[in-house]
Amino acid sequence: MSTTDLTTVAGTAAGTRRPGRLALGGSRIGYEVRSYFRSPDAVFFTFLFPFIMLGIFTAAFSSAGDIQPAPGMEGVSVGAYYLPGLLAAGMLLSGVQNLAIDIAIEKSDGTLKRLGGTPLSPVSYFIGKIGQVFVTGVLQAALLLVAAATLFGIALPTEPEKWATFAWVFVLGVGTSALLGIALSSVPRSGKSAAAVVIPILLVLQFISGVYLQFYQLPEWMQNVASLFPLKWMAQGMRAVFLPEDFAVLEQNGAWDLGWVAVALLAWLVIGLVLSRLTFRWIRRDA
Amino acid sequence: MDTSSPREAPAVRIRGLRKQYARVAAVDGIDLDIPHGETFALLGPNGAGKSTTIEILEGYRLRTAGEVSVLGVDPARGGLDWKSRLGIVLQSGTESGAMTVREQLAHFAGLYPRSRDVDEVVAAVGLEEKARTRVAKLSGGQRRRLDVALGIIGQPELLFLDEPTTGFDPEARREFWDLIRSLKRDGTTILLTTHYLDEAEQLGDRAGIIIGGKLVDVGRVHELGGAEARVPIVRWTDPDGTPRESRTERPAEFVASVARDCGGEPADLEVIRPSLEDIYLDLVRASGAEIIDTEEALA
Repeated sequence: MSTTDLTTVAGTAAGTRRPGRLALGGSRIGYEVRSYFRSPDAVFFTFLFPFIMLGIFTAAFSSAGDIQPAPGMEGVSVGAYYLPGLLAAGMLLSGVQNLAIDIAIEKSDGTLKRLGGTPLSPVSYFIGKIGQVFVTGVLQAALLLVAAATLFGIALPTEPEKWATFAWVFVLGVGTSALLGIALSSVPRSGKSAAAVVIPILLVLQFISGVYLQFYQLPEWMQNVASLFPLKWMAQGMRAVFLPEDFAVLEQNGAWDLGWVAVALLAWLVIGLVLSRLTFRWIRRDA
Repeated sequence: MDTSSPREAPAVRIRGLRKQYARVAAVDGIDLDIPHGETFALLGPNGAGKSTTIEILEGYRLRTAGEVSVLGVDPARGGLDWKSRLGIVLQSGTESGAMTVREQLAHFAGLYPRSRDVDEVVAAVGLEEKARTRVAKLSGGQRRRLDVALGIIGQPELLFLDEPTTGFDPEARREFWDLIRSLKRDGTTILLTTHYLDEAEQLGDRAGIIIGGKLVDVGRVHELGGAEARVPIVRWTDPDGTPRESRTERPAEFVASVARDCGGEPADLEVIRPSLEDIYLDLVRASGAEIIDTEEALA
């Protein structure tokens, strides 16, 4: 340390104003995105994971032939069939898995306590986290789609309506995932246990919601259980975008049911908002 | 909340503060005023209530009873404007630290309405060579310097330092003291907890000693313990081998008389003026064995 005096900035408390919540939220997004891409765990297990799974599915089943909605109808490759489910999984991982573990660790390593002692509003902190999920989620989906089209030879839809559906399912799904991630972050008792608590829950959800297993082949009770959670609806919305119309007959009601997709995701968005609002604390005050 | 103008009221005002955990009173009735511009050192053994007290003032913990005002605001209800006037250096954190030192400071500077120049603060804590190093790669002492840098980046009116120099080598501590003195010259009010009595002597205008959740003594650092505790001690050994000790305000006269009685040079003669450390240890000993480590008591 040097002995130089620190200059006192001329401005006084009366003359300068605190930066606004939104402006700080914006600066938090940049900060959060940078730190996300600098942590190898997040990049591998959250960002690249759906991409790696798509590669495995495509390679493993390259000789298995197409999946057809019914005998004699035109089918799609195994890779093409799994693409929508993996897009949904990416939204879930970028939101729930990423934030639930990240915030639980920040809570136990003192990051949140330090922030709680600064004039940072929790609102700005949330904007930073949710913004990070959107930025990384968009990049992840883009990577998956570009890889699908170029590396794995999967035809992507060309109709604008399909992409409009993609946009709203994506925004609702990622927003819901981010809020549920914040809510779930209060469950692990320590940062160390966070991954062990969060990952199994999400893994089960991915198996019953049509990410790794073909949803139409699951028993009906399992489909019904999956319908209580948001991932099934994200995957269904994505199938509506990326699978040919004929595949709608494989859905539970024989239709894409996009209206119900919107209702289910909105309901979970509200639940996530309420839960994260109720459970979030900078520190466990007097626990 | 204090309604008088903040300059007239002390920076920190505490009356009858109590904090009760289950069966243990971690803080047991503290009264204290810290005027603006003062550096106040809070001393005491582990678990005596230093950190609990400071965390109540910072707004991290809620009190069980008593009145507290920090910069004219009740910390239990302190908002963002209030927080922007404080600088808080907590006991060591273990954040993952994917950012570089400079990025981290620049980000925190952006949170405050009137922050200091980032490069100047980096230089002031001696981290120029580490400015582009990720926080995760810093040594313990360097991390502590960054903690201090993050605490002062917002140009606080009141700075809390909870054991700031733990893990510093002696040279780093001296440099840190210089930094604190320069903040003091700028008029910053500083509340410091420390284990190091020399640190309290070097920096503190006044000091308080907390033992068992009670403030057992408060005063100017060189007056702690009262005049009686500072009366010089004369020790020697009688010709028959008995060790002797006596306290006197006139040690030179006393030694001369001892020499006369011994009929020559007394053995093992020493004249001691009790240091802050002696006085502190006497106070801790006098308080008996009921010094409970709060953390342990809670576990």
